[in-house]
Amino acid sequence: MSNNVPADLRYTKSHEWVRRNSDGTATVGITDHAQHALGDIVFAETPEAGRTLAAGDACAVVESVKAASDVYSPLAGTVVAGNAALADAPEKINTDPYGDGWLWQLTPADAAAVDALLDAAGYQRVLAESAE
Amino acid sequence: MNPTPASAIAAPREPTIFDLSRSGRRAEAQMPQAMAADVPPALRRRRRPLLPEVSELQAVRHYTRLSQLNFSIDTHFYPLGSCTMKYNPRGCNQYAMLPEFLGRHPLAPVVQGQGYLQCMYELQEMLKEVTGMQGVSLTPMAGAQGEFAGVAMIRAYHHARGDLDRTEIIVPEAAHGTNPATATMCGMKVIEIPCNADGDCDIESLRKVVGPRTAGIMLTNPSTLGVFERHIAELRALVHDAGGLLYYDGANLNAILGKVRPGDMGFDVIHMNLHKTFSTPHGGGGPGAGAVGVGARLLPFLPIPVVGCDAKGYRYLDERDLPQSIGRLSGFMGNSGVLLRAYIYMRMVGREGMQRIGEYATLNANYLLARFRHEGFEPAYPTRRATHEFILTMKHSARDLGVTAMDFAKRLLDFGYHAPTTYFPLLVPECLLIEPTETEAKEALDGFVAAMVAIRKESVEDAALLKGAPHTLPVRRLDDVRAAKHLDLTWKPAA
Repeated sequence: MSNNVPADLRYTKSHEWVRRNSDGTATVGITDHAQHALGDIVFAETPEAGRTLAAGDACAVVESVKAASDVYSPLAGTVVAGNAALADAPEKINTDPYGDGWLWQLTPADAAAVDALLDAAGYQRVLAESAE
Repeated sequence: MNPTPASAIAAPREPTIFDLSRSGRRAEAQMPQAMAADVPPALRRRRRPLLPEVSELQAVRHYTRLSQLNFSIDTHFYPLGSCTMKYNPRGCNQYAMLPEFLGRHPLAPVVQGQGYLQCMYELQEMLKEVTGMQGVSLTPMAGAQGEFAGVAMIRAYHHARGDLDRTEIIVPEAAHGTNPATATMCGMKVIEIPCNADGDCDIESLRKVVGPRTAGIMLTNPSTLGVFERHIAELRALVHDAGGLLYYDGANLNAILGKVRPGDMGFDVIHMNLHKTFSTPHGGGGPGAGAVGVGARLLPFLPIPVVGCDAKGYRYLDERDLPQSIGRLSGFMGNSGVLLRAYIYMRMVGREGMQRIGEYATLNANYLLARFRHEGFEPAYPTRRATHEFILTMKHSARDLGVTAMDFAKRLLDFGYHAPTTYFPLLVPECLLIEPTETEAKEALDGFVAAMVAIRKESVEDAALLKGAPHTLPVRRLDDVRAAKHLDLTWKPAA
C-alpha cells in the first residue's frame, strides 16, 4: 500500500493531518493511509462553525463501507468551518485526502501546539511500526 | 469440493415482485368482501394502494423461490463471529407454539396466564443462577436495549445516592461497538482505554482514567478480539474502589456458560443476548431478547415488568413494587415468544448440558484455530487460545497478493459457507472473526478449513477468481458504495 505523506504537513498517531494556513488558522483532514484503510467513504460529518474543541475531542465522523470512525481534533481551538462539500461528495476524502477532502478548519487556541505534532518523518515511522 | 469458477452459470436471479407486476392482475380470492363499515368515509382511501399486481400462484412461487435462496443455519455452516449462530432445536419451537401460549392475549388476567408467568419466573431464576446475579428482568427486547437498561440502572444508582458527578463510562477498545453507543444514549461521556498486544485491557491506562467522575466500566468478556480478559480482579478493584460499577456485556456468554459466573467475578450488571446464547432464531434483525441481570446494589432499579411470586401465585411486578425502576422498556413482557424458546432450551439442556455448551463452544473454536494454524493461516493473537471464537488476519494476502479478507469471505459463499464476520473488530487489519458454536460436528469444521485452504491456493494462482466472487449465487458482488449512497426504497408502477 503506497502512502502519500506530504512533507509540509503535521500529523497525529490517529492518522489526522494538520496544515497551517497563512491567516493563522489550521486545516484538518485524515491521511492517505487512513482513507486507504477505511475504504470507500460514503458519509462524513464535520463540526459546526463556532464549536470549541479540546485536543483529542472526537468531533467528526467518517463512515465507509467497512466502518464508521471518529476523527479526533489534533488541536484545541475554535472551528471556523466544516467542509460542507463533503455532504454531497464524501468520496473527496478518498480521491483528494490532503486537498478537497479536508474536514474542518479551526483557529488554534495555541499556535505553537501545531509544532508539537508529528512531522512527516515521525508519521512515516508510526506507519512503519503498524505495518508489522 | 470445487465450486465452479467464473465460467459457471450463476443461479437464476429471481426478479422482484415489482418486476412481475402487470397492471390489472389480481388475486381477489382472499380479499375481504365488504369494506369495514366502521371506518368513517372521510378516512377511507380513494385510490388503490400502489401494490404490485400478480396472481396468487405468481405470489406463492415468487416467495417460495426466494425462501429457497435463503442462506441460513438450517442449510449452511454459519461461522459469523460474535453472533453465535447455533442450531435452534426444533423442540423449542414446538413447545413455544403450543396453542395455549400462542392464543394467550397479553392483556388476559394474570390468573388465566399462570402457566406462562411461571415459565417467565423460572426463566428469570435460571438466568440468575447461570450469571450469579441477584435479580433478572426479561423486558429488554434486544441486546442493545439490554445494554441501555444496564447503563440506565448505573446512572439511576448514582443519582439515587445524590452523586451527580459520575458522568463517564469507561469502554475498552475491544468492546462491542454498541457499548459506547449505549453510554452515549444514556448521556454519559465515553472514555476509551486501549488493549495491549496480547488483547488484554491495559490496566495502567485504566488506572489513569478512573476517579470521582467514573460511573462505571463496560467490559465485553470474552472480548471482540476472541480472547478472555485476564485482569478482571485488578480491573474490578480499580473501578469499585473509585466508586464506579462494573457492567458485563454478556453477548459472548456462550464461551463461559456453566463455567464461571459474572456475579462471582464481582460484576454489578450484565445483559444477555438470549437469542444468541439460548438459541432462539435470529439473524434477520430479530426478534431479540436482551435480559438484564443485576447485583444487590441495582436490584431496586430493574426495568419492569418483572414476574414475582407470592402465596397467591405469579404476577407482574410494576411501579408499585419497584418505585425506583428505570421504567418500562416494553409494553408487555419483552419478546415473549423468544423468551419462551429460551426457557424451553434451558429446560431441555439442563444444568449439565449448560456446562457442555461452554466446553464445546470453546473446544470447537480451539480445534478450528489449531487446524488453521497448522495450515499456515495467521491468528491475530498468536500467543492466545481461542474463546468461543477467534480472529485470523489476512493482512499478508492483502499486502502481497492484493486479496483481502472480503475476497476470501465472498469466495466462501461459492463453497457453500456463510462468511465469517469481516472487518470487525476494527483493531485487527483484514480480519475474519470466526465462531463455529458448539452445535457443529467435526466434519463441518474440517470442511470449512478445507474450503479456506482451497481458496488460499486460488488466491495465489488466480486472484481474479476471488475478486469476482461469488460466482454461483443469484446475486454477484454488490456495489456497497452505490448501495450506501444511492438508496432507492420506493416503487411506482411503470406509467
